[in-house]
Amino acid sequence: MGSEVWITIAALAIATALIRASGPVLLGGRDLPLAVQGVIALLAPALLAALVVVETLGEPAGGELVVDERILGVGAAGVVLVRGGSALPAVTVAAVVTALARAVL
Amino acid sequence: MSIVRQPSFREGFRAGLPYAVAAGLLAISFGVLAEPLMGRVAPIVMSILVFAGSAQFAATAVLAAGGGALAAIVAGILLNARYAPMGVALAPSLRGNKRRRAAFGQALIDFSWAAASRGGGRFDPAYMLGATAPSYPAWVAGTVIGVFAGDLIGDPQKLGLDAIFPAFFLALLVEGELRAGKPGLAAALGALIALLLVPITPAGVPIIAASAAALIGLGSPRSAEEDVRPDTEHAYKEGAP
Repeated sequence: MGSEVWITIAALAIATALIRASGPVLLGGRDLPLAVQGVIALLAPALLAALVVVETLGEPAGGELVVDERILGVGAAGVVLVRGGSALPAVTVAAVVTALARAVL
Repeated sequence: MSIVRQPSFREGFRAGLPYAVAAGLLAISFGVLAEPLMGRVAPIVMSILVFAGSAQFAATAVLAAGGGALAAIVAGILLNARYAPMGVALAPSLRGNKRRRAAFGQALIDFSWAAASRGGGRFDPAYMLGATAPSYPAWVAGTVIGVFAGDLIGDPQKLGLDAIFPAFFLALLVEGELRAGKPGLAAALGALIALLLVPITPAGVPIIAASAAALIGLGSPRSAEEDVRPDTEHAYKEGAP
């Protein structure tokens, strides 16, 4: 197990650094073609929405859709945000509602 | 001027503090989980060198299940692959030579990238660096605490920690990115793609695939211009204390 752990850490460290550097190194410092700029502008909403779905309904290993207490917490956070609440109250409500649901259900 | 002296670095730093607290708690959870499998040193080294929560959890889970190093590496890379489209989006906002830009890329984490988005595909690099700055020490310190004191404090996951992260992303989405027209449509499409793929693909794939939703903006630079919104671009920062 020991060598497998260290091989995994070394490979992941190198791969992650390369992935993080790839866009900035290959494309940085200049404007992208006009046709692509509209795509770039929409990456943040598309990826953020996907992150919300995956972190609310996914499992760490993937391949599974799980509806559990998280959806109550994130739903409550959504209510706070839609009513004009800011990020910190929304996040706090998410944690409290989820923990309460876990304790009660 | 040094980048850490820029006002937007400090603004990013402040906005990143609540997220860093959550990241620190998650790191404790990681240390608790990883210590029986890896011992005390390896999880800390992993947090120092990899600095990516979901990938570290996924790789550790594969190793714990006896899946082997190769499967663990693949699982981790799939989860971190989303930094590629994020880096592409960030790239035009970066100045300086390749080494400097590569260094900036190392500050890519989901929260900071999204919080530094200024609409129309523009990003504030100093703000992103500031927002990541508190998370890195919190991530490493949390891992140390989890590894050494995990038995005493238990697993913070039970406190609803796993709902904090989607709530952070939802807040960034609602306050910063969710507007009528193409941004709203891209968000709905991205969520739908992720929802359809979560039950049938390995972790990480649904998020990478969801970036395809942004293709609805192909060939429409004008809509990107309209997306720039000086009145709301600091919405998140003002919302955070």
